[in-house]
Amino acid sequence: MLNIKNLEASIEGNKILKGLNLDIKPGEVHAIMGPNGAGKSTLGNVLAGREEYEVLGGSATLSGKNILDLDPEERAREGLFLAFQYPVEIPGVSNLEFLKASVDAVRAHQGKPELTSVEFLKLAREKCKAVDLDQNFLKRGVNEGFSGGEKKRNELLQMMLLEPQLCILDETDSGLDIDALQVVANGVNNMRSPDRSFIIVTHYQRLLDYIVPDFVHVLANGRIVKTGGKELALELEEKGYSWLEEADNGVA
Amino acid sequence: MAEQFHAQQLAMAKAATALPFLAELKEQGLEAFSQASMPTRKTEAWRFTPLFKFVGNEYVQAQNNELNEELAAVANIEDLNAARLVFVNGVLNTELSDALALEQVTLFSQANAEQQTLIKNNLGSVLAQAHGTSHLFNDLNNASTTEGVLIHVAKNQQLTQPIQVSYLTTDNKVAFSVNTRILMIVETGAQATLVEQYASDSTAQVSFTNAMTEIRVDDNAQIQHYRLVTIQEEAQHIGGTHVELNRDSQYNAFHLSLGSKLSRNDLVVNHNVGGSHSEISGVYVPQHDDLVDFHTCIEHRAAHCTGNEVFRGIINDKARAVFNGRIHIHPDAQKTHSELSNKNLLLTNSAEIYTKPELEIYADDVKCAHGATVSQLDEQASFYLQSRGISKQEANVILSFGFINELLQALPHKAITHLLRPVLARRFGRDTDELSSHLLDKDLL
Repeated sequence: MLNIKNLEASIEGNKILKGLNLDIKPGEVHAIMGPNGAGKSTLGNVLAGREEYEVLGGSATLSGKNILDLDPEERAREGLFLAFQYPVEIPGVSNLEFLKASVDAVRAHQGKPELTSVEFLKLAREKCKAVDLDQNFLKRGVNEGFSGGEKKRNELLQMMLLEPQLCILDETDSGLDIDALQVVANGVNNMRSPDRSFIIVTHYQRLLDYIVPDFVHVLANGRIVKTGGKELALELEEKGYSWLEEADNGVA
Repeated sequence: MAEQFHAQQLAMAKAATALPFLAELKEQGLEAFSQASMPTRKTEAWRFTPLFKFVGNEYVQAQNNELNEELAAVANIEDLNAARLVFVNGVLNTELSDALALEQVTLFSQANAEQQTLIKNNLGSVLAQAHGTSHLFNDLNNASTTEGVLIHVAKNQQLTQPIQVSYLTTDNKVAFSVNTRILMIVETGAQATLVEQYASDSTAQVSFTNAMTEIRVDDNAQIQHYRLVTIQEEAQHIGGTHVELNRDSQYNAFHLSLGSKLSRNDLVVNHNVGGSHSEISGVYVPQHDDLVDFHTCIEHRAAHCTGNEVFRGIINDKARAVFNGRIHIHPDAQKTHSELSNKNLLLTNSAEIYTKPELEIYADDVKCAHGATVSQLDEQASFYLQSRGISKQEANVILSFGFINELLQALPHKAITHLLRPVLARRFGRDTDELSSHLLDKDLL
């Protein structure tokens, strides 16, 4: 599904990713944890194609296709989805129009038939219910005046409508209360399927009680320094990251 | 060269026969206009709006004033259910003008003795309050007026049906000029809606419209005013709106100018007596080599008045926009609360905006705020849309529309919102429906 080899990337001249390797097979859920500034958000942003980040070396392929050469919209149409840590507010742009434009673009690329507005509305309302978001949010400006939790649910709503191959959740759990966290976790769990993969970037082990990962990676100093099963998250919760960072520096 | 234009217009004004009861106004106008010199680059109010664009055109009276189907459709605002007056190249089209059946609406030329007195006593009087912000095109209008529209809403009348006055221009073999005039009087406790429309079915026709509207709002009366200038490209427009607000009255307005070779719009609101309120929003969206100029002036002459003004502009290609927003608080206007905001979006490196909010305050107990911003499309927002599969081109159209959409959504008459939505969406989508299709989808509203 996703194959990242020796990925190096920088922002404003600062090298953040320093040779990152990651291999994700269809149906797998990978959690990425790590200290602040390790490059967790950078990874998501680089994969999604944010312009400020410069790729210095390495490769990333999605289902065999090199995505680093594609525009952000092309990556999305190929089935990559990044749920943002801080979704932007876009006043004046109707959430519903935005969602329809998005779904139309992705479906057209994937050769699926276009949904009529009526079909789309029905679907959007259904998904709203699934993420416990009032339908009124469809008529409002994109994320405009949404609370933190509402923004995250709106991200999840988009994910459900677009049905991506690879979902990257960038600290989607940060700042959520336990009820909202469960909504997010349920949403993700319902979307798990043999041909869909997830990267869950998180600071907190708590989320992984609800979304059980197949692998847990520790990202430090721009590289994956340790990989383990779900029990690694518990160990990290207890011991922190410093022991891994030190070990990594020792090797380097 | 500008002198040539001046001489031409003066000759046309002299040749036009005024209605007998307006002879005096015409004389005054002629005298003022003949003595006025054309603004130059050094004339403050016209610094960024060079009038040399008129040069080379010889304006005459329009000839073909026929209404065609397309033009009739332009004047048809769906679901507004307005009583209408429709002029083609300055000439009344009787077929579409059902508003004349209303007791409140009369043409100057058809005014009875009582109405003539009313017109005579009021025409030019709101305009005269403008003092420093008046200019020679107002004098030209006074000098050229041969016809006009009187809208007289009597005391305590609640006119729920909007009155729509459409000035349409259409293809002619010649470049032509038109002077238009509206006088609206909303008496004590009355309420009315006026929709002024300046539109065309042609972008190639050279025309020059000098439009003047005066509105007197008496005590406790309210008016909702839309002024929609949707003429494009070769059409030139100089328009003035002058409003007089009396005790506890309200002026609510939306002003739109899409943009054309020259579109100069003056708005002067006189808060003459305490307790009056003005709520004004406006949008301008010039493209290609358009020039849009809004000069607004809120005159606070009395205590306890409030004003709120919000203008937004999106400037594309090599177009230029000028926004001059003045709030003038006179010594007696204590406890005034007046605000002004002007936000601009530049879509290209060669688009220009000259924005100047001006506060002039001579009272010491007032609350005023003004602000102007100039920005480009938000990269973060653009990336967000792209990361969901939307092309950069469509993202830019959606974001441009979003910049003004709040003002459209806030309009009290949804028929106007529905009229303007596709017009603006298509403008950002470059007239193809491909990029604006999601904005045009009525099922998603």
